[in-house]
Amino acid sequence: MSEKPEKLIDKKGIRLDGRKADELRPLKIEVGVLPNADGSAYIEHGKNKILVGVFGPREMHPKHLSQSDRMVIRCRYHMAPFSVQERKSPAPSRREVELSKVIRESLEPSVFVDLYPRSGIDVFIEVLQADGGTRCASITAASLAIADAGIPLRDLVVACAAGKIDDTVVLDLYDAEDKLGVADVPVAYMPNLNAVTLLQMDGVLTPKEFENAMNMAIDGCKKIYPIQKEALRAKYMAAREELKEEVEE
Amino acid sequence: MPVFFEKKQLVTPGELLAEGDYLPGENTYNQENKIFASRIGLADTENKKVNVVALRAFYLPKPGDIVIGTIVEVGFNGWTVDIKSPYTALLRASDVLSRPFKPQTDELSQVLNAGELIVAKVASYDRAHDPQLTVSEPGLGKITRGQIMRVTPTKIPRVIGKKGSMISMIKQVTGCQIILGVNGVVLVTGKNLEDEELAMTAIQKIEAESYKRSYGPNHTVAKR
Repeated sequence: MSEKPEKLIDKKGIRLDGRKADELRPLKIEVGVLPNADGSAYIEHGKNKILVGVFGPREMHPKHLSQSDRMVIRCRYHMAPFSVQERKSPAPSRREVELSKVIRESLEPSVFVDLYPRSGIDVFIEVLQADGGTRCASITAASLAIADAGIPLRDLVVACAAGKIDDTVVLDLYDAEDKLGVADVPVAYMPNLNAVTLLQMDGVLTPKEFENAMNMAIDGCKKIYPIQKEALRAKYMAAREELKEEVEE
Repeated sequence: MPVFFEKKQLVTPGELLAEGDYLPGENTYNQENKIFASRIGLADTENKKVNVVALRAFYLPKPGDIVIGTIVEVGFNGWTVDIKSPYTALLRASDVLSRPFKPQTDELSQVLNAGELIVAKVASYDRAHDPQLTVSEPGLGKITRGQIMRVTPTKIPRVIGKKGSMISMIKQVTGCQIILGVNGVVLVTGKNLEDEELAMTAIQKIEAESYKRSYGPNHTVAKR
């Protein structure tokens, strides 16, 4: 990726990795992959590979961090040293600290934090391989892991990015497009409540393009949502087979 | 006022369950007169109430619950107990000794030490205070023998069965004493190891296949 290609998208609207402008990368999600965690999820979004483990709700340690009126969510986004071409130092970087905060804040509105005061949950996000759009994939997986831990949620949070490469607005940028493109707009969204929980932008867009990109990202979220839901269901699939059977109390 | 699910349908958090004249029951919430699921589970209606039987949840203390806990710390005038819930419980020394506690003469770690298990009742709990336990009733107190196993707290009613049919059947066939902690911890005490293991396998089986209906008298525990 050292040389900048002349065009990121050709005349027919095909991108460097062969996708159309409004096409997502292939997605694979699995729930309940870590038996030691209370809830967990694994996501493969294109070349991104991300593992999420959730612990809690449990008593906060150190205790002074707990809040008397609500549950505290702690989130750690971390990239493995081998997740990118050049070795990444395992120490938390400025970017990781920021992403941890951003992800936490995008998950918080979905959790009923006021039901369990004085407790806390820990969300550990480990990026094993990164290829652009890891914050979005992390949010999608983290929300599933929280649901898998049995923590009550208003809705699952799905995230997807849109952006601008050359002069076209496209969905779900990968690494090269993110770096060489014009703008990037990650959006996290709760589809059933039609609520946006994260909206960021870097780069420059006209108001018209921004609106376009945001709608495209939300449409992308709506496409990911069924896959996300199905992943959660798959873990409890056995129960679904016997739906019609009556369960006695 | 339609309902958007079939009986016993597997629903995920955020799924719209009903609209209009319904009440939110367990694991559901109400927003703008619409009822949504808040946990993964099986949806059902009971009169006008929409419930979701959660497939995954944790234990929240309720006064009156019988729980099984582990002593984690011996304090100055009591113990802290892990009851597999977001909150650690407190057990007061005066409650266990059933007489005023004298710090000069009573050595708490000789009564109950860290790592020991107790059957206790939740005496009090609310949002602002950690749960208080009590052992001052018959059948409660230190566990001296038996086997401990864990099941998902939401599956405890299933292990009990209709009016206790399931649990009494297991007790009868295996000859074991079984105490079900509402917090998902189960104590099995039998005459020998085989009996205890048989009872535990039966409980595990019920937990794993609790969505099935057909655990009636024709499926005897001894068959397994």
